[in-house]
This record gives sequence, C-alpha cells and structure tokens, in this order.
Amino acid sequence: MIEDKTSRRGFLQLLLGSGLFATVAAVFYPVVRYIIPPAAGEANLSQLKLPFKREEIESDPKKAKYFKYGRDLGIIYVTATGELKALGATCTHLDCTVQHRPDQGIIWCSCHNGKYDLDGRNISGPPPRPLDQYVVKEADGSILVSRSQA
Amino acid sequence: MASDTQINAKNKKAAYHWIDERFKVAALVDYMEHKSVPLHEHWVLYYLGGIALFLFVVQVLTGILLLMYYRPGADTAYESVKFIVSDVSFGWLIRSLHSWSANLMILAVFLHMFSVYFTYAYRKPRELTWLTGMGLLGLALLFGFSGYLLPWNELSFFATRVGTGMAGAIPVIGDDLLVIMRGGEEVTGATIGRFFGLHVAILPGVFTVLLTLHLLFVQRQGMSEPLDWTLKPTAEKRYMKFFPQFILRDMLVWLIVLNILAILAVMFPDGVGVVHWHLGTKADPFAPPPPVIRPEWYFMFAFQALKLLPSHVWFLEGELFGILAFTVGGLVWALVPFLERKSATGQRSRLFLLYGLFVVAFIVLMTMFGYVLE
Amino acid sequence: MKQVLPILAVMLLSASAAMTLAADDNCLTCHQSFEDETAGPSHIIVRDVHYQRGISCADCHGGSATLEDMEEVRREKSYRGVPGALDVPLFCARCHSDAAYMHEHNPGLPVDQLEKYKTSVHGHLLLEKKDPHVATCTSCHGVHDIGSAKLPHSKTYPLNIPQTCGTCHADEAHMAPYGIPTDQVEAYAQSVHGQALLERKDLGAPACNDCHGNHGAAPPGVASLSAVCGTCHALEADLFVSSPHKAAFEANDYPMCETCHSNHRIVRPLDAWIGTAEPALCVNCHGDADGTRGFETARGISKAIADLAAAHGQAETALEEAVTKGMMTTDEEFRLKEVDQNLIQTRTLVHAFNMDSVSGKAEEGLQKARQVQQNSARLVDEYYFRRKGLGLATLGITILVVGLYLMIKRLG
Repeated sequence: MIEDKTSRRGFLQLLLGSGLFATVAAVFYPVVRYIIPPAAGEANLSQLKLPFKREEIESDPKKAKYFKYGRDLGIIYVTATGELKALGATCTHLDCTVQHRPDQGIIWCSCHNGKYDLDGRNISGPPPRPLDQYVVKEADGSILVSRSQA
Repeated sequence: MASDTQINAKNKKAAYHWIDERFKVAALVDYMEHKSVPLHEHWVLYYLGGIALFLFVVQVLTGILLLMYYRPGADTAYESVKFIVSDVSFGWLIRSLHSWSANLMILAVFLHMFSVYFTYAYRKPRELTWLTGMGLLGLALLFGFSGYLLPWNELSFFATRVGTGMAGAIPVIGDDLLVIMRGGEEVTGATIGRFFGLHVAILPGVFTVLLTLHLLFVQRQGMSEPLDWTLKPTAEKRYMKFFPQFILRDMLVWLIVLNILAILAVMFPDGVGVVHWHLGTKADPFAPPPPVIRPEWYFMFAFQALKLLPSHVWFLEGELFGILAFTVGGLVWALVPFLERKSATGQRSRLFLLYGLFVVAFIVLMTMFGYVLE
Repeated sequence: MKQVLPILAVMLLSASAAMTLAADDNCLTCHQSFEDETAGPSHIIVRDVHYQRGISCADCHGGSATLEDMEEVRREKSYRGVPGALDVPLFCARCHSDAAYMHEHNPGLPVDQLEKYKTSVHGHLLLEKKDPHVATCTSCHGVHDIGSAKLPHSKTYPLNIPQTCGTCHADEAHMAPYGIPTDQVEAYAQSVHGQALLERKDLGAPACNDCHGNHGAAPPGVASLSAVCGTCHALEADLFVSSPHKAAFEANDYPMCETCHSNHRIVRPLDAWIGTAEPALCVNCHGDADGTRGFETARGISKAIADLAAAHGQAETALEEAVTKGMMTTDEEFRLKEVDQNLIQTRTLVHAFNMDSVSGKAEEGLQKARQVQQNSARLVDEYYFRRKGLGLATLGITILVVGLYLMIKRLG
C-alpha cells in the first residue's frame, strides 16, 4: 500500500535523522567542551604562580605559608631582613611538615626538634639532609616559585 | 504542489549542475557509478582497508585536538598530558580515543595486509598498490613508535631507549642512526623534539601522499577479484555497486567501529591488560629502569625474537643475524608482487602460501612469548 | 759503572725505608714479631687515632722507643707499663685533661672527660669504692685501636653503642653485685629508638649515651627526664610542663615521660592509652569524681582522637575507590596527607592534657577528612557519569546504524 510505503519511509527518515543527530551530538559535545579552556588555562609547568600575595605572608603570625608544588609541599616565608624564601616543607628525617620560627630565625620540625637554617641546611637534631631548594621570583605583584636545579 | 521527494531531487540536480558547469565532473561521476565490488565468500575482507582509513581519520582528528594542549619538551610534555587527562574537559576521552584508535588502526592495517597477501590481491596489475601499502605500514609503525614517547613517562622513556638502542645495533649505519634518532647519545628532551616533529608534521605529510596514491590506485583499478575468478565465466560473477550499496555498508561498519572505540575508551581509558598506557610517573633518566620493559605489542615479536637469539649464529653476532634475517624477510615480503609470479597467471603459489603462514605464525607466537615469558 | 748505579739506588731506598720503620718504633718492631696478627696490639695499632697522629707505644706506656732490650725499657724512669683497671682513668687523663697538651694535638676536643667521669656512677664506684669491675676509658673506647665516634668501626659509633654498653650491662653474671636489671639493651632493641637506630640505621635516633650521657653516665633524675626526652621531643615536653600533670607528677615523685612511656622499651603509643577504660593509662591514677577534671578530659580527648582517626579511615577508603577507578586523585591525596598531619598534631597535643588544645586541631582535621570523602565520592560519580554518557552515545549510534541498515536493505 502506498500509505505503508510512505509511513515506512517516513519512519526510516525519522530513524536516520534522529540517529544522525544523536551521533553528531555525541561526537560534538565532548569536542566542544574540550576546546573550551579549563580554569587553569595551561599545564602547571615547572614554574608555579602562588595563589597568595606577599602581604598575606607578612601578615601571617608565623610569617609563612604553605604551597603545593606537584605532589610536594613547600613553605614560603619572609625573613627578618624582608627576604622572601621558599623551601620544601617535608622534613628530611621522618617526613613531618616543618614550620617557620621567626622568633629563632630558623625552620623547625616539631616532631623531633630538628632545626634548619633559613637556607634549608640542617643544623641541629636528627635531620640528615637539607630541605629541598626552591627559587622565588616576584613579578607584577605575584610570586613565582620553581624547583632549583642546584 | 511538489512533494518533498520531488523538491529534494530537484535540489540535488541543481547542485550537481552547478559543479559540473565549473569542473566537468560528468565523466568522473559516470565512471564512479559503474564501479563495483566483486561478491564472493571472502568479500567481507574488503572492509578492512576502509576500517584502517576510518581509524586514521579518527587519529588525525583526536591528534589535532590533543595538539591544542600538548607541549613537547622534557619540562612540559608529561605535565601537559597530565593536564589534558585531569583538568581539560573530556581530555581523558580524547587521549584515550587517540591511544585506542592507534592500536586498533595498526591491528586493522596488519589484518588488511594479510588478507591482501593470502588472496594474492597484490598480483599484477596491483604491484604499486602493494608497495604504497608497505610504505603506509612502515609509516604507521613509525607513527606508533614516535607517538609513544610523547607523554614522556617512565613507560615510554625506557621502551624508547631500548627501541632506539636496537637501531644502534644495525651494522655500518647503526651508530649514526641512533644519534640521529635520539637527537644525541641519550634519550632526552631533544628526542621528544624530533619525535614530535616526525609525529605531527613529517609523517602525516608523507602518509597523506602515499595514502592518496594508494586510494587513487584502488579507485582506478577497482577491487581485486579472487584468483579462481580468472577461470569463471562472466555470467556467474556477482558484483555489488560501490555507490551507494558498498559505501553505505562501509559507513555502517565505520559507525560500529566508532561505537566499539567509544566503549573501549570509556571502559578502559588506560588500556587493558598488557596493552596499557597508564600515565604513571614522569620519565627520570637517572632512575633505575623498571623490572619489565616492554615495547608496544606490535613490536613485541621483533623484540622477543631478538631476545631469544643466541649470542652467535654461525660466525655472525646474534643481534646482527636477527637484523639481517628481519631485513631479508621484510624485503621478500615487500617485493612479493615481483617475486611471486604464478598468481599473475591465475595460479596459486604453494611456496608463498607457506611463507605467509610462517610469517603469521612467527609474529603471533613471538608476540605471545613476549608476554608470557616475562 | 752503569750496572752499579741502579743497584746502589735500590739499596739506598730500602735502607732509608728500613730506617724510617726502625726510626718509628723498636717497640713495634719487636712486638710485631711475636704478637697475634689479628688481635695483637702492635698490629691493630695502625687503626688507632693516636698512632695515626704520631703518638706511639712509649708515649703512653713510658720507656723509650729506641731501646731494643725489654729489661732496659723497664729500667727507664718514665716506664709505666700496663695500667690496672683502677689506674686507667688517670692514665688517659694525663694527656686528655691537659688543655695545653691537647691544644697541640686536637684543639677541638674537650678536656673535661675525667671531671665528668667523676660525677658518673662508674666514676664513683671506681674512684671511691675502688671497684675494678666498672667501666673505664678502655671499656668503651677500646685500647690500641681507639677511633673517633664518627667512624663506623669504632666502639663508640652510635650504631655500636648499645652493644658496647651491653657488654657489661646485659651480662647477668657481671651485673649481679649491682642489683640493677640487665634487660635494657634487649628492651631498647625493641623500642622505636632501637629499631630506628639499629634496623633503619637512622643516626638521628638516640643511643644509650644520648639519654645517659657519655663520661658522666648516670640515669636521668626524676625531674630531669623531661629535659632529656625534651631534647628531641621538645614540643611534647613544653606541652607537658605547662600542663596540670607537671605539678601532680612532681608532687608524687613520678618520673615524667617514663611513667607512661617507659624508659628503654619505648614503643609507638596507641590511641587506646588515652581514655577511661583499660588499656588506657589514665585510669591508673584517675577515676570518675576523683576531685580532678582528669577523667572527663581523658574521655573527651579519647573521643576526639577516635573520631578523627575514624574520619581519616573513611576518607582513605573513599579515596582508594576513586584511585582504583583510575580517576585523577592528586589533590585529594594531598589533602589526605594534611589530615595525617592533623592526626599527628592532635596526638601530640594530648600532652597538654586539656580539651581545648585538642579539640581545635581535631576539628580542623575532621573538616579536611570530610572534604576528601566528598571529593572522592564526586570523582566516583564522574566515573559513573562517563559510563552513562557512553550509554547514551551508544544508543544514538545504534539508532543510526539501524536506520542505515534499513536504508541499505531498501536499496537492495
């Protein structure tokens, strides 16, 4: 019957149309979402821009803040002479997190009283090695840290 | 009042006329309309080439997308891939599709090649189609090898070091070849630079040229008919029109392949079993190598064969013998249209059938050994 | 003439070599010929720090290195011979307590060893009670192969100290007259300090001398224990000293730190040690309505730590699920490490023995642990969302496939 043929063709067209639409949508949706850049903009390369400013470090009671660098924790602090320095925050003895002690001018580990000077050198207690070194740069009001090659 | 169908037909005709006025495509269209595909018990194999082509297109598209975020270089490659997989929307999907499609494409290319070989489709007049196909196979393997290093993770670093090291074992040119491949004595950021240039510029360019020739040859000559059709009377031969019957079936197969690809990419984003590309840790040239270093599965047979060779065969060093054997075997394979002449006259060649079976068995067994004997 | 020259040269060289050796020491020349090569003093002395700095046999034992006859040596006025145990401290102190002399040889070395030794238990017993069985200089430093404590072969190298002290202190027969236990080395070896030093070779871990002193070796006094432990565990000691327990312990003459943590067999403390029921240590002194806030504080602290530890466990489980599903979990792994930090800090704050200190830190940790749990759950949801997306895409593609198939059939 002609009506049957028309309705079958109509059904086929519906099938093809909706199927095509769905397939194209299934392909384009992820691609379009992909092309829209994420918040970070680009990969965190070897240099990291810290999410806080120098003033926030200076107004901290311990004059220090922690930051995440890849999988590692770092500590950035202001010395008595106003210098901004950064070190790895993981104690080289048993991996506790170190603190800045502006009262003593040292980096201190509360776990076993390990002490480091402000350049990260282990000066007292059980730590066997200095802390990891970081390089700090200030540019346009933001702070950039990167792993030192030394 | 004209029906929808009638309006559709009129529009199609107008469009065709517009193009024909400018480019005189009438003869070409007529030729294409007569193109047909032979129907016989193995005609399903004709899909394989198209599947490889489809997967290549997927590679190009996902590759271009990855290019938007990937940064080559020892300080940036790993981080950028990590970024793609964790921070970019659907980045994990694009990367996973690219990896799966790469592996499936190489599988399809191998199956396509073997089906052509065992049906003698390379015989006269299709020698150049076979040769361009050989070139495409080599390029596809190079694509795989160069792309594997780009994430600059532990897995790929050591596999590349081993792979390029083997190139160094080639006599006469080996040392120079190694330095050129690595961009230095060791695998470093310089190697990434070379491999990246190769992977996104040089290889795609050369591949496109060879592919165009390959497809042109196929279109001009049509599909190869089975060997015993040379004796068949024309009346008994069945064909299917290429446009639209075969091409629609081709597209159907492509859709199914697309679906399979999507399922694999979502369910197994890091690969499955021994064929995996988990990002893992960043490459560290100073770290000790992991206990098991594996090349990608399509190189495993060569890798394993070379490992099994004794230190000396005859008067030759084991590795050298292996390289020579592969070179000779490969050359025979590549030049089969010129070495095997019987099929040109419609006869089977027992010798080359055996050779083909030997090659398949060798590759399959060596690949299996490579994984089982670890 | 040409042949003679090389021969002459060789003779001259060997003669000068022989003279150098002989000029070194007749003591060695003789004694080396009849002493045991592996243990004889004249053979092992090459390892000795004194010998290496040009101080040889005669410098300690007196006599003269140029004499060849032993009887002549004994007749020398300066000859001291082998000192008996009671004479050893003064024998060594002849040089080591002489600041001017030591300044010529090793200015950085202290010269107060004898003074300190006099204050030690060993010193008292030896110098006043004339007990020859106690430790003298040579008992710990050895004799004839004395080495700096920085060198691994030395008896005073940190890794070797437990064994050096244990030579006497772990020997029941030797220690019988003194009435003190002989299980210290064994207990120490099982302690966290012993395992850190002896098994992990962590030179930062204390050996016997770090708590007992070297030359002034004596058990730490009841009041001084927290200072001794506090050298490394400074934060805990500070907290304790400001806590109500300091006065209470002093009044009852309980040794600080040791009362709960033991002295030699110091093990990793368990959370269960704080609380109101066995095996908590608090109930050894405190009971409900005992006139102090101890009991309820113990209960409060115990709960805070238990809650945090439980939250950490839950967060860890949730995170693991996200990790095994292959999601990117670096941020949450980081945050979980911060929860670890909080746990350590909370447990340390126990030593303040008051709820306020503990609850702040514990609460902080709880928040972070909850965040890890929530974010991990979100990652797992994302994982399932991907599968749903796949399902929809598959549906769409399948519809198209069916349509295409029908069209193909149509076209014949």
